[in-house]
Amino acid sequence: MAGNLGSEIRRIFENMEYGPAPESADIAKKWLSQHKDSLGHFINGEWVKPENRKTYTTCSPATGEALADTIQGEEEDVNLAVSCAKTAFQSWSQLPAHTRARHLYAVARNVQKHHRLIAVIEALDNGKSIRETRDCDIPLVARHFYHYAGWAQLSDTEMREWKPVGVVGAIVPWNFPLMLSTWKVCPALAMGNTVVLKPATFTRLSALLFAEICHEAGLPPGVFNVVTGNGSFGSKLALHPDVDKVAFTGSTPVGQTLRRLTAGTGKKLSLELGGKSPVIVMDTADIDSAVEGIVDAVYFNQGQVCSAGSRLLVQENIFDDVIQRVKERLKHFRIGHSLDKAIDMGAIVSQAQYNTIKEYVDDARATGADVFQPDIPVPAKGFYYPPTLITNVQTVSRVVREEIFGPVLVALPFRTAKEAGNLGNNTNYGLAASVWSENLPTALELAITLKAGTVWVNCHNLFDAAAGFGGYRESGFGRDGGKEGLYEYVMPKWEQTTRHHVDIDVKTFGASFGSGTTPTPGQGGPSKSHLCPNGIQQPLVDHTYKVYYGGAQKRPDGCYSRPIYAAHDKQTIVAYVGDSNRKDVRNAVEAAHKAAPGWGKRAAHNRAQIVYYMAENLELRRQEIAQRISLLTGQTLENSFKEVDLSIQRLFYWGAYADKYGGNVQETTLYGCTVCIREPVGVVGIACPDEFPLLGFVSLFAPAIVRANCVVIIPSDKYPIPALDFYQVFDTSDLPAGVVNVLSGNKDHISKYLTEHQNVDAMWYFGSAEGSKFVEFTSAENVKRTWVNYGKERDWMDHDQGQGEEFLYHATQCKNIWMPMGTTFSN
Amino acid sequence: MAHNPGMELDMGWVNGAVVDLPAVNRRAATLLTKRTVKKSWQAAWLLRAVTCIDLTTLSGDDTVTNVQRLCFKACNPIRQDLLDAMGMGDYGITVGAVCVYSARVKDAVQSLKQAGGAAIPIASVATGFPAGQVPFETRLKEISMAVDLGATEIDIVISRDLALSGDWGKVYDEIKACKAACGENVHLKTILGTGDLGTLTNVYKASLVAMMAGSDFIKTSTGKEGVNATMPVGLTMVRAIREYFHKTGFKVGFKPAGGIRTAKDSCAWLALMKEELGDEWMRADLFRIGASSLLTDIERQLYHFVTGRYAAAHQLPMA
Repeated sequence: MAGNLGSEIRRIFENMEYGPAPESADIAKKWLSQHKDSLGHFINGEWVKPENRKTYTTCSPATGEALADTIQGEEEDVNLAVSCAKTAFQSWSQLPAHTRARHLYAVARNVQKHHRLIAVIEALDNGKSIRETRDCDIPLVARHFYHYAGWAQLSDTEMREWKPVGVVGAIVPWNFPLMLSTWKVCPALAMGNTVVLKPATFTRLSALLFAEICHEAGLPPGVFNVVTGNGSFGSKLALHPDVDKVAFTGSTPVGQTLRRLTAGTGKKLSLELGGKSPVIVMDTADIDSAVEGIVDAVYFNQGQVCSAGSRLLVQENIFDDVIQRVKERLKHFRIGHSLDKAIDMGAIVSQAQYNTIKEYVDDARATGADVFQPDIPVPAKGFYYPPTLITNVQTVSRVVREEIFGPVLVALPFRTAKEAGNLGNNTNYGLAASVWSENLPTALELAITLKAGTVWVNCHNLFDAAAGFGGYRESGFGRDGGKEGLYEYVMPKWEQTTRHHVDIDVKTFGASFGSGTTPTPGQGGPSKSHLCPNGIQQPLVDHTYKVYYGGAQKRPDGCYSRPIYAAHDKQTIVAYVGDSNRKDVRNAVEAAHKAAPGWGKRAAHNRAQIVYYMAENLELRRQEIAQRISLLTGQTLENSFKEVDLSIQRLFYWGAYADKYGGNVQETTLYGCTVCIREPVGVVGIACPDEFPLLGFVSLFAPAIVRANCVVIIPSDKYPIPALDFYQVFDTSDLPAGVVNVLSGNKDHISKYLTEHQNVDAMWYFGSAEGSKFVEFTSAENVKRTWVNYGKERDWMDHDQGQGEEFLYHATQCKNIWMPMGTTFSN
Repeated sequence: MAHNPGMELDMGWVNGAVVDLPAVNRRAATLLTKRTVKKSWQAAWLLRAVTCIDLTTLSGDDTVTNVQRLCFKACNPIRQDLLDAMGMGDYGITVGAVCVYSARVKDAVQSLKQAGGAAIPIASVATGFPAGQVPFETRLKEISMAVDLGATEIDIVISRDLALSGDWGKVYDEIKACKAACGENVHLKTILGTGDLGTLTNVYKASLVAMMAGSDFIKTSTGKEGVNATMPVGLTMVRAIREYFHKTGFKVGFKPAGGIRTAKDSCAWLALMKEELGDEWMRADLFRIGASSLLTDIERQLYHFVTGRYAAAHQLPMA
């Protein structure tokens, strides 16, 4: 041993520093050199390298070193991949469930076989630490395939009413390149779909490697394809007519663009978007553990996590203490090369992202915020940004409101749990949250209060295949993971896939008030209804329908009414109904929001009782309403009785579901309890179909309200009267004011204002193809959930079409609450 | 060596303590995946670990023979040729202390003198180790006898019955009396018997009470409980040490003991100290590892570092 070693050991013995602990890149380099450092698309089980394509050189963010060339795909590459996927769908979707399960299982095993190679490739290409790819990303990839192999096996029984949609176009970001791909691919394949995946530009390698691994595992050609290209290439994939479903994870603006691009086409869409998730620390928390949780929350993956806990909310009596401890903790951070096994943070993915982060922090500093960054070594080369804590900011600050997507934490104090909930929810986003308290009632109530798809109690950023992940509000819709994730890749068995092409002008659609009917007299004959008591002929007491919101009948704001004619004779006006405008929408939405908290807190039993009571009161008026349906629609009286009777049955059906769909315990890897709560979506706008004026109305409002939503509902445009008669049923059935609000008038005009209303959480539209496109397009603004029919009628009398799990899916959103357990570690 | 004068018992502080077991488990598990030392760094860290070992024998069959062997090993913990190869032959590497029963203190004093290691501290367990289920007066008497025989450090056990019943005032009083029995120049190490305390919250409270009563070190376990020095327990105790330091300015040492057998374990414990407390707590005046077989494994690892070969047991002098 040389003298140098002696002095080195002596030096380390004295200063007790950490040294380098590199993971070898050899295996990754070997795979790349097998491909001559140049990768094509992976389509139909083989590498495809079309001529004359531009290339993109992917680099290691840790050093800037070039790793490999990849292709910038063009439209014909999308066409090829989608057509292969479409062909493969024919056989893949017909395979026995067990066979698909075997395939997914084989992929899981092969991922484990190549664990180390994938982990190294991912760390090199993304800049994240090998520890995270090794211990988090790749194990979750394998776990997802195992879990969904199970769903493939069980699909015949557990998803009996559903079938695959076809070809899935998956577009994923660069922060967890392979893991997030898997979140789309697993449920899609399990349900019998085939997939074309477009990885993010910065991080293409792991998806391509994975495609090769799937092929090696025996996955049939065309079932899973990977194509590479830029952002507009992604749009081409999404817009391809044979892509039946677009699954996207990424930023909110891109998600909004995809919503608009695919609006009205009939493609399914799920969006998992950005976040500004709160970490709420109560004074009843184990503070040291909370500090460590903050590290997990916002510095995990350099903060480039959609569920990053980037807003720290601390009870004011412990605020200074917590901030001090976080600062001290950050002084122990180690930043370095992604293949160093002993680092806390690696490099930011790209120069552009680094600049964005820096710009946010510089801006905060310039506007008077206190910016803390520990004095720790940062490598000179590569895009390294230190862990950052910003205080002296408030709810108005840009760094508090906007997603930064970097290792930047902002901290604000609060006074009470209630204020913590309000601050936590004071954001456009709703992806995740964590609550830190050893007090169970406090923690659980906050978990329920927070509008977020995932709430972690005394932990943050735990993931598992058995629990769905996804957002409320502008964080998107749809879930990745769990059984709830399957619904994003299926459609009801009775439904046919159709593609729609309609052109609308979104600026003018539905804009003119009272279009189609002029609310002036002289459109029908004079009223012919009379009573003749004691031989004296006198007119019936005038009955003009008003609009109904906040539990009362209101005159429409515009003071216009529209005539409703009898079916047999366009001269007979059965009644005038109110013609609603945007102010009625505003008032009704306000009434719905006022009712929502109380309605949600009622016992489910109580909601059921009210719906059963509606059935009781509807039956009392069975004869009268059947006659009116017949008069309006021209249906036989017999058929009209059927509609009323089925409406009563449907109220029973939904009353039954009031206390039977609350959620379930998720069997995650957590020691503790992960609970999926199916929460209401919130305030739902509903436009009823013209057909089945009573049954369509009942079939739509009932599932919404039994699941604790409040609704603003537009009855059948042509035949609104049975729905308007229903508000007397509401009033006699103890339905609280504001839970159901009925706005008659022009469907598209009212739908426009409901869809444009930022405080309406979902819009269900049963009308024209044009209106469907408008609703989907316009919903992008606040990423509303939508349910539209693209102008296709459904048979509301049919149980498969008029009720069932599809309605429950639309009436609820899943919140997964993670609750680790245990206090006693020994005897 | 650091000296902790203690403070008045602050029950508000003690009762406010709360520890979340799942979160602590998670930190303890991931800490070890986040830090590692390789090659020269590993060798240097292992040498540092050697200097923090309380080389221990606490058996019913202890006699002057094996105590003498232990003391000679304490003075020469790593083979001289290995130290020379690492350039540390002249550094005077010894273990942190030897630790024996009070009845063997006299043997230890004599043996260390013979081995040329009179400066190595002698720790004596006392107070009815390991259970502490003897009358309090005899516990105090044992301390003063051990001190009189030449012990420079006393490892006491707390009354777990008092801790479990929440009588922290009494626990405090007892430790304080033990501290007084030790006198000015003898260091008090207080064993919490964490495996008997049930919850980590109790571990945290016991740590605080022991420090308030003037313990210079807090120590996890006797090695005789069902659960000994686990990482979650250690994490809980060092966090208590950190909070005590922040509030009082006094530095209290930490000694995990029981079940620490591998060289890798010793680096993990050093990393825990570095991450949660800082480099100061990686030296023998504030950090000890109570162990008997650990030293052998470290010596084997260093042999491998120097020669590139794995040693046979018989090639290394047994303790």
